[in-house]
Amino acid sequence: MRKSEKLITNTIRIAGSSSILFLLLIFVFLLKEGFPTLQEISFVELLSRRWYPIEGLFGILPLISGSLIVTISSMIIALPFGIGTAIYIGEIAPQGLKEIFKPLVEVLAGIPSVVLGFIGILVLSPMMRTGLNLPTGLTALTGAILLALISIPTIVSIAEDALYAVPKSYREAAYAVGATQWQIIWHIVLPAARVGILNAVMLGVGRSLGETMAVMMVTGNAPTLFSGLDSFISPVRTMTATIASEMGEVASGSAHYHILFFIGIILFFFSLLINVTSSSLSTRPKRGKDQVVS
Amino acid sequence: MKHKAPILFLLLFCAILSACQSLDQTDSEQINPDSQKTYIENKGSDTLVNLALAWAEEYQQLNPVVQISVTGGGSGTGFTSLINGTITIANASRQIKPEEIDAARENGFEPIEFIVANDAIAVIVNPENPIENLSLEQVSKIYKGEIKNWQEVGGEDRPIVKLSRETNSGTHVYFLETVIRLGSKDDNSIFSADTLLLPSSEGIIAEVRDNPNAIGYDGLGYVTPDVKTIALSQEAHSNYIIPSAETVLSGEYPISRHLYMYTRGEPKGAELAYLEWILSSDAQEITAYLGFVPVIRE
Repeated sequence: MRKSEKLITNTIRIAGSSSILFLLLIFVFLLKEGFPTLQEISFVELLSRRWYPIEGLFGILPLISGSLIVTISSMIIALPFGIGTAIYIGEIAPQGLKEIFKPLVEVLAGIPSVVLGFIGILVLSPMMRTGLNLPTGLTALTGAILLALISIPTIVSIAEDALYAVPKSYREAAYAVGATQWQIIWHIVLPAARVGILNAVMLGVGRSLGETMAVMMVTGNAPTLFSGLDSFISPVRTMTATIASEMGEVASGSAHYHILFFIGIILFFFSLLINVTSSSLSTRPKRGKDQVVS
Repeated sequence: MKHKAPILFLLLFCAILSACQSLDQTDSEQINPDSQKTYIENKGSDTLVNLALAWAEEYQQLNPVVQISVTGGGSGTGFTSLINGTITIANASRQIKPEEIDAARENGFEPIEFIVANDAIAVIVNPENPIENLSLEQVSKIYKGEIKNWQEVGGEDRPIVKLSRETNSGTHVYFLETVIRLGSKDDNSIFSADTLLLPSSEGIIAEVRDNPNAIGYDGLGYVTPDVKTIALSQEAHSNYIIPSAETVLSGEYPISRHLYMYTRGEPKGAELAYLEWILSSDAQEITAYLGFVPVIRE
C-alpha cells in the first residue's frame, strides 16, 4: 500500500472511531459525576414523591413521570400527523406539490425551539386555558403540542424516505390487479415500509424526550406525580427542564449537583433504550418480500 | 542557493519593522492610559438585574473607561459564579448562605456584603379578581395548598393557580422563609407540589396578567400596572398595607428585604468606586425611579 493511501485510511479510521470515543467519554463523565448520588441519597429518598432540592427532598419519580407524560402525549399527537403527512407527500401529492411540501417540512424542523416556546406562552397557553376551561394553560398537553410540532418534521422526513424505498413495481403490480390507491397504501406500501416508519417514530420519541427549552417555557414546571388522566392537563416538570433550570445554581460537588447528573444518566439510558429498540427493529432478519425493501 | 540571500534580507527587514511597530504601541499606551478599559463583571439576582443594568449604563456614561457587563440568572447563580471566579461582583436578593461562605473561603477570599437597595415583595393577582386584601397567613395557606379555591378567602368560585420563581431565585427563598413559614425557624412547610415554578419574573407577570385564577409574587420593581397588587397584613383583620417606598421605609409593609452586592474580598480600584457611586444619592434616584426603595446612607 502506498504511504499516502495508508495515511488517508488511518485518518478516516480515526474520524470514524472518534464518535465512539466521545460517547464513551461522555458516559464516563456522567457516571463519575452522577454515581455519588447513590451513596449520598438512599433509594427510599430517591423514590419519594417530592422534588424540592433546596430542602434536601430528592424524589425523582415526579420528574420521570413528567417526562413520560409529555413524551407519550406528544407522540399520540405527532404520529397521525407525521405519518399522514409522509404518506401524502410520498404517495398522494402530485409532483409539483411534493416539491413545495418537502422543503416546507424541513423549514419547520429549522425553527428554534425557544421561538416555539414563546409562541406557546403567548398564544397556545391562553387558548388551552379558555378552550378547555382549565385552571391554567401551562400544562403537559401544551408542552406535548409544541413537542409534536418539533418532532413531526423528523418523523415526516424519515417516514417519507422509508415509503420512497418501497419499489415501484409493488405499486404497479397492485394497480394491475385492480387495487385502489387506499388499498395500495394500507395493504402494500405501509407494511413494506414498516421498519423505516418505526425508526421514524423512535427518532421522534427521542427528539421529544430530549427537548428542553420549549418544554420548560410552557409546562409550568410543577413537580407533580402522575395521578390519572388529569395529569395530562396539569402542570408537570420534566427531567430536561429540571437539569436546565437548576444546573446554574448548584455548588459543584454537592448532593444536588450529583443528582442532576444522575438524572442525566437516566435520560441517557432512556435514549439508549430508544436507539437500541429502533436499531434492533431494523436489523431483525427479514422474511419474504421485506428483504427487497430498506 | 543564489536566491537565499535576498530572502534572508527581506525577513530581517520585516522583523525590524514589526519590532518598531510594537515599540510604537507600548509608547502610545504609556502616553494615553485612558485607552485601557477596566471591566467589571456583574451577575446574579434577576430581581436586581434591571436596576443593576440601569446603574451600569449611567456609570459607564460618567466613566467611559469602565465597562460593566450585567447578567441575571438568580442569586444562587451569582454566588456560584463569584465563588468560581468568573465575575467580580455578585448581585443577590438574599444574604449569602454559610455553605457559600465556606466555598468562597476554600477559593481563597472572603465575600464582602453591600446593601444596595431595598425591595418589597408584592403579591399579585389578575385585575379581574375581586380580592383586595389578604393576611400573610392566608397567603401562606394558599401556597401550602391548604386553601385551594378563591371562595375560601372571599373571592369567586375559581381554583387557585399558584405561581412562583424557580428554586435558584433569592425571591423564592425569601418568600419561603418569610411568608410560607411566617418567619418561624422550626416550621418545615414548603410550597405545595402543584405550585408552578416559572423561569423568570416576566413569566409570572405574563401568566397573572392573562389568567384570572393565578396568584403570584414578585419584586415591587417588576410589577406592571396591568396586574393587581394585593394589600397585605401581618395579622388577620389588622391594617392591610399596599407596598410602596413609604410603607417599606416606615416598616409597615410586612414583606420587604434588602438587595445586596457581594465582592471577592474588600473591593479595590474600579469596583470600590463603582460601589461607592451606587450608594450615592444620584444612583439611588435611579433606584427609586425603577420602583425599588432607595437605601438611605447615614
